[in-house]
Amino acid sequence: MLRLDGITKIYKVGAFGGRTMTAVDDVSFDLRPGEVVSLIGESGSGKTTIGRMILGLTSPSGGSITLDGARVTPGKAYYRHVQGVFQDPFSCYNPVFKVDRVLQMIKNEYFPGVAASEWEGRITESLKEVRLNPGQVLGKYPHQLSGGQLQRLLIARALLLDLRFLVADEITSMLDASTRIDVLNLLADLKSRGLGVLFVTHDLSLGNYISERAVVLYRGQVVESGPTEMVFGNPLHPYTIKLLSSVPQLTTKWDGASATLRDDGPAAPSTLVEAEPGHLVRQDDAPTRLRSVS
Amino acid sequence: MTAVPARRHEGLYFAIRNGKLLAGLVVLVPLIVLAVAGPMFVEGDPNAYVGIPASSPSAEHWFGTTMFGQDIFAQFLYGMRVTFVVGLLGGGLAAIIGMVIGFTAGYRGGLVDEVLNMLTNIVLVLPALAVLLIVNAYLGIRSVGVQALFIGLTSWPWAARAIRAQTFSLRSRDFVDLARLSGVRTWKIIVREIAPNMSSYLFMTFILLFGGSILIAASLDFIGLGPSQGVSLGLMLNNAARWSALHLGMWWWFVPPGAGITAIVGALYVTNVGLDEVFNPKLREL
Amino acid sequence: MTLRVDDLRVHYRTLRGEVKAIDGVTFDVGDGEILGLAGESGCGKTTLGKSLIRMDGRMRLAGGAAELDGEELPIGDDHRMNPFRFTKVSIIPQYSMSAMNPTRRIGRMVAELLRSRGRQLDTDELGRRLDLVELPREVLQRYPIELSGGMKQRMVMVISTLLDPSLLIADEITSALDVSTQKAVARTLVEFRDRGFVRSMIFITHDISLTYQIADTIMVMYAGKLAEKAPAGVIVGEPRHPYTRLLISSLPEVGVRYTDRRLAGIPGEPPSLLDPPAGCRFRDRCPLAFDKCAEEPPVVEVEPGHHVACWKA
Repeated sequence: MLRLDGITKIYKVGAFGGRTMTAVDDVSFDLRPGEVVSLIGESGSGKTTIGRMILGLTSPSGGSITLDGARVTPGKAYYRHVQGVFQDPFSCYNPVFKVDRVLQMIKNEYFPGVAASEWEGRITESLKEVRLNPGQVLGKYPHQLSGGQLQRLLIARALLLDLRFLVADEITSMLDASTRIDVLNLLADLKSRGLGVLFVTHDLSLGNYISERAVVLYRGQVVESGPTEMVFGNPLHPYTIKLLSSVPQLTTKWDGASATLRDDGPAAPSTLVEAEPGHLVRQDDAPTRLRSVS
Repeated sequence: MTAVPARRHEGLYFAIRNGKLLAGLVVLVPLIVLAVAGPMFVEGDPNAYVGIPASSPSAEHWFGTTMFGQDIFAQFLYGMRVTFVVGLLGGGLAAIIGMVIGFTAGYRGGLVDEVLNMLTNIVLVLPALAVLLIVNAYLGIRSVGVQALFIGLTSWPWAARAIRAQTFSLRSRDFVDLARLSGVRTWKIIVREIAPNMSSYLFMTFILLFGGSILIAASLDFIGLGPSQGVSLGLMLNNAARWSALHLGMWWWFVPPGAGITAIVGALYVTNVGLDEVFNPKLREL
Repeated sequence: MTLRVDDLRVHYRTLRGEVKAIDGVTFDVGDGEILGLAGESGCGKTTLGKSLIRMDGRMRLAGGAAELDGEELPIGDDHRMNPFRFTKVSIIPQYSMSAMNPTRRIGRMVAELLRSRGRQLDTDELGRRLDLVELPREVLQRYPIELSGGMKQRMVMVISTLLDPSLLIADEITSALDVSTQKAVARTLVEFRDRGFVRSMIFITHDISLTYQIADTIMVMYAGKLAEKAPAGVIVGEPRHPYTRLLISSLPEVGVRYTDRRLAGIPGEPPSLLDPPAGCRFRDRCPLAFDKCAEEPPVVEVEPGHHVACWKA
């Protein structure tokens, strides 16, 4: 189990780091094998920073991340089990090399002793799992492939390892609707194989589609978390309610109330309260800060 | 696009089909051959007084003679060799220092970056030529190697800054993160992931440093701080200028060294553009 | 009828040949109508929007014509288009965040822009419109860099509709915004139309559910051609073209439980527009394709206001 406990990230900003900016504020949740957790937030919510901290690409300012109870140290041993896929597939590939390089890197670092023929078999195997045809993707340059193909190939890369947890940071936001759903379904396949997936997204409908549990972030804080059907079916925090009412849907049109155009004020001190079993909601003065939408 | 042959030879495949690269090499290679092998075919000292002073090109003296009757063709061959050596050593040294400092500062960031940046800025504002003058005059060392060393040690800062800026922007790209997630070590990420993305840029940096070294060397030669023996293209140019070759219409004195420097730097530039097209798969297909 | 586009063909010049980004598209936009232009990347929707106001250097008008308020719109002639831009046709570009001159105070920039069109700045009207988008009137005294992304977006919306153009083209203006801001911006566009700041609008987006919220009519494009055009409710509720159907059925929805049910994407990829195949362009990905699809299906009005280009529709 991957557990985040009171994770905080404070950035120094301004000249000489005189001022600080809290990007992530005391965030705790855990990710179990065989489930997808959606980390939902808008820009500036800290969702990407949390993903990067789990992957050891950014170090937390406070709190702890543990894997099976042991504090995480980013490095080869950890990356064997925990991997990431990012938003922009084109930026994940070195443009001057062929796409095979991301797979070759895994072999060089983790399986130098494996014979070439066996390695080829493993690649074919993991490409099959992400439903890619080896002949269509291997030996190509990144710009010759589509975003969907590139994202699948990155998932295939992670599958070459002894993968247990995957951080998927906005991996579908640059894909077209018709290919987006295929990548989501792929994550669901991984889940049924026992992998734990952290699905970072700003798109509530995608989070709703794929996850067992959802964590809603607002300005670095968890405002609501719990089983997906509770968070989406019975949202309690005003921010969650506002988000849900803003999502464009195909079945219903937006209601008459106009959403505000203005930004909301800074967060006030508050605590998470359990509203129903497993469903946590932040109690604060939010109702006055966020103008009511209903 | 025609079918691409075996993977390993792909670079070569595109290289031999690239007009710019070929044109650059067509100029560059003969010049290098000339500089390396040429002096072997010229007997004696290129500064010896062998002919009638100030005579125009003839069968005997292909490029004519100087005001003092020195054979300009012989000087040109020797001078080209010295010029290549100074450019290669000075430019090469500056490029290496610039790369090490630029990559380290750009990739590491933070305190390391600030310290290295300070060092870079200090060297950048040193009046390089004045320092060279003083050091050269004090130590009185007049060999080509030492001249190249001094040039190399003082001309790297702008290269370091440029490389730092490039590294800084490449470092935030996701493929660097992905390499980190693959357990690749830092220096390997720099050399194998970041550097290839700016290979043509690095080459261009080297070309500019190369040309810069040649020009600084020429300036030093001019004020009498060049190598005490021998000849260089810079020395030839400045001799020509000092003895008013232009006013006397002795074009054969200054055209060969001037054309030589221009050809070397120009050909390197064209080669660079060609290499960019070969190495950048995106440019290839257009 | 505000806008009438007839058999529009726009090609992109590339070193590998001409990309037929728009290949014969005919449609019209009525008075007070918001037309939602939807489709996947590369379907030609952005090119269509751009071609109606300003072609960039690589674009070429290969055929067709456009008519605005009964007057010919000289879209292929950059110079003759000039009097129409900003006054009759206006655009809110995709990256409107960077559309403002950074060295001018906003108020001065607006005044200069209007003067270049021979108009006087109506300060009261400008103020009223700023109030409408909830921007303080002091923004006119500020430089663009002092505004947040969302504020700049709203400022550009106000500026581009200041002369009450007949046609406003809004190109993916909400795709960089958060959901709550997205809703507010989309709502504001509708309000602009309701108040008559713009006569009609083409709202370009890849997100059909968003288009559905504000558009009267939705036009779905595929590979440079019109696939289906119908009132928004019809497109979403009773789509006829297989592409529209598959596209809509691939969208997950909030408020629906997907415990065991999986949605399906559309296998395959759109054809290259460098040398598009003959016949229906969706044929290779279409589950309903049959022999006849080797012929190009004409755009047929199956019901009043419902146009489909499919043999099976």
